[in-house]
Amino acid sequence: MLAPSPTLDATTTTGGFLLVLSIVVPVAGILLAFVLGDRYVRLVAFAVIPIGSAIAVAILAALPQGNGPLVYLLGDWPPPLGIALRADGLSAAMLAAAAAVICAVAVFAAADFSPATTETRAPFVFWILLLAIWGALNTIFLGGDLFTLYVALELLTFAAVPLVSLEGRAETLRAAMRYLLFALLGSVLYLLGTALLYGLHGTLDIVLLSRRVSLEPAALVAAALMTTGLLAKTALFPLHLWLPPAHAGAPSAASAILSGLVVKGSFFIVVRLWFNVMPGLPGFAAAQLIAALGGAAIVFGSVVALRQERLKLLIAYSTLAQIGYLFLMFPLAFGASGRLESGDALAGGLLQAVSHATAKAAMFLAAGSIYATLGQDRIPGLGGAGRMVPISVLAFALSGLALMGLPPGGAYLAKELLLQAAAEQGQWWWAVLLQAGGIFTGAYVLLVLTYAMAPADRQTTLGRAAPRMGEMAALALALCSLLLGLMPWGAYLSIPHGDASDKFDLATISKALAPLLGGTVVAILLGRWEPPLGYPSRWTALLVAVGPVRRAALALSALVERGDKVLRWWPTACICLLSLAALFAASMRVAF
Amino acid sequence: MSAVTVFGLCAAAAVGLGLYGLITNPQPLRKIIAFNLLGSGVFLLFGVVGRRGAAASIGNDPVPQALVITGVVVAFSATALAIALVLRLFQKAGSTTLSDDAPPGADPNLPGG
Repeated sequence: MLAPSPTLDATTTTGGFLLVLSIVVPVAGILLAFVLGDRYVRLVAFAVIPIGSAIAVAILAALPQGNGPLVYLLGDWPPPLGIALRADGLSAAMLAAAAAVICAVAVFAAADFSPATTETRAPFVFWILLLAIWGALNTIFLGGDLFTLYVALELLTFAAVPLVSLEGRAETLRAAMRYLLFALLGSVLYLLGTALLYGLHGTLDIVLLSRRVSLEPAALVAAALMTTGLLAKTALFPLHLWLPPAHAGAPSAASAILSGLVVKGSFFIVVRLWFNVMPGLPGFAAAQLIAALGGAAIVFGSVVALRQERLKLLIAYSTLAQIGYLFLMFPLAFGASGRLESGDALAGGLLQAVSHATAKAAMFLAAGSIYATLGQDRIPGLGGAGRMVPISVLAFALSGLALMGLPPGGAYLAKELLLQAAAEQGQWWWAVLLQAGGIFTGAYVLLVLTYAMAPADRQTTLGRAAPRMGEMAALALALCSLLLGLMPWGAYLSIPHGDASDKFDLATISKALAPLLGGTVVAILLGRWEPPLGYPSRWTALLVAVGPVRRAALALSALVERGDKVLRWWPTACICLLSLAALFAASMRVAF
Repeated sequence: MSAVTVFGLCAAAAVGLGLYGLITNPQPLRKIIAFNLLGSGVFLLFGVVGRRGAAASIGNDPVPQALVITGVVVAFSATALAIALVLRLFQKAGSTTLSDDAPPGADPNLPGG
C-alpha cells in the first residue's frame, strides 16, 4: 500500500474525484473570497474549511477499501502524457493532519482576524493565505509528478512568505525577505534536479521514474540537488537561517501554520523522493549524512532554545530541533537489499511528522493566547500565567508532553517504532539521539512551565483577555496530538502487530519518566534562570549546588549560540547549502 | 562542438553566475536579479534537454517547453513578490539591507535576529 503500485495505474479509481476536490475546494474558496470582498472573507473560509475537512475524512475512509492508492488522471490522460494525482497511506495521514491543524487555527484566528477589528487588510489577507496554504499542501500530498510537486512547493512558499510579514513591521519584512530568497534558492536547485531527471528518463511521473531510475552520475547529481534544495526549504540544521525570525515574528495563528504545516510540505517531498522515486539510489552513506544533520539539529536547536528569552523564539528553535528528529528515520529504513523500504521506520517518521504538526501548532496557539493576555512573551515575565490563562498553559503543557514522546502520544508510538528499527538494524547511535531528543524537549517545556506556574512577582499589566474559543482550540489540538497513538494507523502506515501502543505496564511508565527526569537535569544545567523565579526556596539552593557544572555547561551553550549566529549569516548558509549538495552527491556515489 | 553543447555550457555558466551573485551580493535587489539569472540558466537547460531528447524524429520535445513556460510564470511571480517586499521594506525602514547580513559580532544590537 505504501510502495507505488507495480502496475501502471492507467485508470482513475473509484473515489479518485475526491483527490481533485480536496485541491479545488480551497482554491474555489479563494476565488469566491476575492469576488465577495473583505466583508465576507471569514464567512467563506468558515464555509470552505468544514467541506475540505469532510473531503479529507472521506479520503481516509475510502483508502482502506480499495486495493492500492486512490488515483485520478487529469483529463483521463495516462501518466507519460498526462498528470496523475495519487493518494496512498502517507498522503491520507498528512491530509488529515493538515485538515485538523487548519480547523484549529481557523477557530483560534476567528477573533484575531475578524473583518471589523482593524482598518488594515491583514484579516482579508490572512484568510486568503490560509486557504492558499491548504490548497498547496493538499497538492503536495497528492501530486504524482515531480513538476506538479515543484509548482505546489512554490505556491506554498508564496502563501507562507506574506504570512510572515502580516504585521508589516520592518523586522518581519526582513524575515520574510530572507525566507523568500533562501526558499527560492532551494526551489531552483530542485528544479535543476528535475530538469536533469527529465533529460535522463523522459518522464517526471513518480511511478514511471521509480522503474527507470538507475545508478548513473547524472541521476546522483539530480538527487543531491533536489534533496539539498528541499532541505533548504525544510530548514534542516545548517540551512535554518530564515526559520527562527520568520516563525517567531509572525502572528501566532500564522506561526502555528508555518511551524506545524509549511515545513512538512517540503519534508514530505523529500520522503517521496527517497522512498518512492529512488529507493535504491541514496545508499547507506547518504542516509547516515541526512540523519547526522538531523541529530545536529536536535542538539543545536535545543541548546539554543534553552537560551532564548522570548517564548515564541524558544518555540521556533524547538521546531528546528524537531525537524531534525524527522530526519532520523532515513538510515533506519534500509532493508536487507540496500534499498529504502517502507517499513516501520517510515511509519514512525510519518507519525512523528503528524504529531509534531498538531502539537507544535497547539504550542504556538497557546503561546499566542499567553502573549495576548500578558502583553509580552518574555519567559522570565511569565509569572502568573498559570493563574490568568490556565487553559492555555494546560494546552502548552499537554502539547509539550506530546512532543516529548509520552504515551499515548503519536510521538511516543513514533519513537517506539524508530527505536525498534534501530535495534533491528544495530544502529544504536540513532537510538541515543532519539532519546536525547525527548530529553531536550522535556528540558525547555519544563523551563517554560516552571516560570508560568510561578506566582506573579508584580501586578502584571494585563493585555486583553484571550478569547475562550481560541484557548479551547489550542487545547483540543494538544489533546489530539496526545491521543494520536491510540488511532488505528495500521490501515494507512505499515505498523507491525503487537506494538506497545495499547499496554500500560511498568516499563511504559518508566519510559515516560525518562524524558521528564532527564529534562529536569538538562533544564537545571542549561536553562537561563535569570532573573530568579518568584519563589526563592530550594530551587535557588539547587542552582547554587550545581554551580560549577552549570557554569561549564552555560559556557558551552554560549559557544553554540555564537555558532548559530555564524551559521545564520547569509553567505555561510549558502556555502553550507552548496557543500551539502556536493556531499550528498559524493556520499551517494560511495554507495555503489 | 554542437549547438546543444554550446547551449548546455551557457546554461551552466548562467547557473554559476546566478549562484555567485545570490551568495555574494548583500543588496536584496541584486539578489533578486541573480535569482532570475540562475532561473534563466535552468530554463535554458530545459531547452537543451528538449532538443537532445527528440533530436532524431521531431524537431523538439514539447514537454520541456511546457515546463519552462510554467517555470517562467513561477519565477515571474516570485520576482513580483520579492520586489513588493523590498519596496515595502524601503517604505518602512528607509533602507533595504537585510541587516542580519552584517557579519556576526559587528553589531549585536541589530534588530531582526
